[in-house]
Amino acid sequence: MAATNTEVWQRATVVEIHTVATDIRRIVLEPALPKAAEPGSHIDVKVSIGGEEQKRSYSVVESDDAGRLVISVMRAPQSRGGSVFMHGLETGQQLEITQPLQNFPLRVGAERYILLAGGIGITAIANMAAVLQRLKASYTLVYAGRSRTAMAYLAELQERHGENLVVHVDDEGTSLKVDELVAGADLDTELYMCGPIRLMDAVRRAWSERELDSPNLRYETFGNSGWYDPEEFIVKVPRLGIEAKVGQGRSMLEALEDAGADMMFDCRKGECGLCEVRVLALDGGIDHRDVFYSERQQKATEKMCCCVSRGVTSKTGAKADASPAGPAVITIDIS
Amino acid sequence: MTAVQSQSSTTNKVLGHPLNAWYVAAWDHEVTRAPMSRRIANRPVALYRTEDGKAVALADACWHRLAPLSMGKTVGKDGIQCPYHGIVYNSAGRCMSMPAQETINPSATVPSFPVVERYRYVWVWLGDPTKADPELVPDMHQMSSEEWAGDGETIHAPCNYQLVLDNLMDLTHEEFVHSSSIGQEELSESDFVVSHDGNTVTVSRWMLDIDAPPFWLKNMRDKFPGFEGKVDRWQIITFQAPSTICIDVGVAAAGTGAPEGDRSQGVNGFVMNTITPETDRSCHYFWAFMRNYRLESQLITTQLRNGVHGVFGEDEEMLKAQQEAIDANPDYEFYNLNIDAGGMWVRRLIERMLDAEGRLVPTA
Ligand code: FES
Ligand code: FES
Ligand SMILES: [Fe+2]
Repeated sequence: MAATNTEVWQRATVVEIHTVATDIRRIVLEPALPKAAEPGSHIDVKVSIGGEEQKRSYSVVESDDAGRLVISVMRAPQSRGGSVFMHGLETGQQLEITQPLQNFPLRVGAERYILLAGGIGITAIANMAAVLQRLKASYTLVYAGRSRTAMAYLAELQERHGENLVVHVDDEGTSLKVDELVAGADLDTELYMCGPIRLMDAVRRAWSERELDSPNLRYETFGNSGWYDPEEFIVKVPRLGIEAKVGQGRSMLEALEDAGADMMFDCRKGECGLCEVRVLALDGGIDHRDVFYSERQQKATEKMCCCVSRGVTSKTGAKADASPAGPAVITIDIS
Repeated sequence: MTAVQSQSSTTNKVLGHPLNAWYVAAWDHEVTRAPMSRRIANRPVALYRTEDGKAVALADACWHRLAPLSMGKTVGKDGIQCPYHGIVYNSAGRCMSMPAQETINPSATVPSFPVVERYRYVWVWLGDPTKADPELVPDMHQMSSEEWAGDGETIHAPCNYQLVLDNLMDLTHEEFVHSSSIGQEELSESDFVVSHDGNTVTVSRWMLDIDAPPFWLKNMRDKFPGFEGKVDRWQIITFQAPSTICIDVGVAAAGTGAPEGDRSQGVNGFVMNTITPETDRSCHYFWAFMRNYRLESQLITTQLRNGVHGVFGEDEEMLKAQQEAIDANPDYEFYNLNIDAGGMWVRRLIERMLDAEGRLVPTA
């Protein structure tokens, strides 16, 4: 009954590109198999990085009746290459994309809404705001950024949402105060957010401190965006005599399947807990990327969701700080 | 538009129903803290009220193993607990607690359908929620106005909802189906006028200087004790897409100016009907009879409700038999009469809605 997320791949043509803020391009795609995009949906795009094919997700900013999809891509300073590829696109070029996928649905019918967009996070939020405005719902759109020139779609949003839009700009001294924002929420408020992980963590903390219902705080859980850069690591299953290397672009679950282990799983994105493995020994640390375990359980490092969580050696999270002594080694048993 | 013409389902015997529409799920008093289940537009829906009294409509199938939530119980401020393994959902359909784990799977949700409570009904929207504008609820203001009094019931009709709409759009059948109460010859003899716009169809019929049939004579005498003589009678049927029909009905002493707009020497009622498809071959038919005279009389309210109950019982019998005959004769078609003009416009408007949803596929 959850939102359907079957990937349907198709070709799409780039029909329009222009710059909408510093380092942010708006890209209009004309898909071969058009399908309306709900607010909160995204597409996966095949990008090529150093000759290698990889997948990136982009929120759909808007879609029209003809099924054209608008995405916006920021050229990220420490990008792993996806945004550089996207910024290199030209009109007329063809891409492989999925039909819109939905992990972040907007529920219609809440008493009150707060929509929070940090920087490029506006791409996921803009379409939700448009729907709430059309339905005359009670909502506030909060948009925070470093400087106005770096904030895409400001003028359009101002025009459409008027008083319902609140803008916070760091270099104008009007930075967002998360506690004040969350203080404005009550038990009947749903807050939808998209932005930098540190902003979202601050909101999550403030939300639980105010003892608001956790299901009313909505954000997308991308299983592939941890606090740590992915490193290569080793997994061992002594009972089955397995020792496998987990490459940067692979999951531990995939590596175990490749090594012939009979694995149980369902969601493959860190939600259901069916891929749980027991940790027997650990050389290095675990980057828990699931939402199945509580913080307490994650700290205990007795179990992990092998579909998303990884072994790491870096203390800071940055790959540059990975231990020169060699990769992390996780020794486990499976059911 | 040409595509619509060529695949027109105008005389479809079993017509599909639009999903982007408000349908009545229940009378307001039916929805309580104890969950109930009702199938609406082919989908089972669990209905209940929160502690604050807000009506909630969730898909009646748990995310986990699809057990019906309506068999569970309401918990906390706005939640409902699955009767099988105990998952608790809030009114947004989001999981609040899961058995045997410290966290909640964020994907664990059941659809929560937009709800509006208005005109004594709980309305739900089963289609695209981003189009669920409360202003699209059909106008049935007589249901909750101080100037009107009355009451109604629900008929569980064993037929495609379209057959009920057909029935209400053409009241010539009164002469044959309801001969003992509201039927009279003049119905099929009198002329009628049909008009329509993008969302409504109206059929008006005036019968001047006639004898009042028993139902209307009684109503006249409730307002004007001892009334005798001829009357001018009217029926103004207004359809609002996709399935609401309000009928302005009444009689006034003949020649006192009712056709020109002065109804002071008459009695006026509104038959409020709104039909919710249940399956392709059954529907929930919500009706009420509202009047704008003798508002204080609960006796008249009860008499009118009982009277209409009897009349609609005759329709129900006919509709059931008609659906059975349709199903027993799959190779026979519908043909049309001139009196079907109103009903045909209704079908046309519904087809356009279906077409806009990409669902103009005749259901077999
Ligand atoms: S498969 Fe669901 S959490 Fe790993
Ligand atoms: S079926 Fe509802 S909790 Fe299992
Ligand atoms: Fe009838």
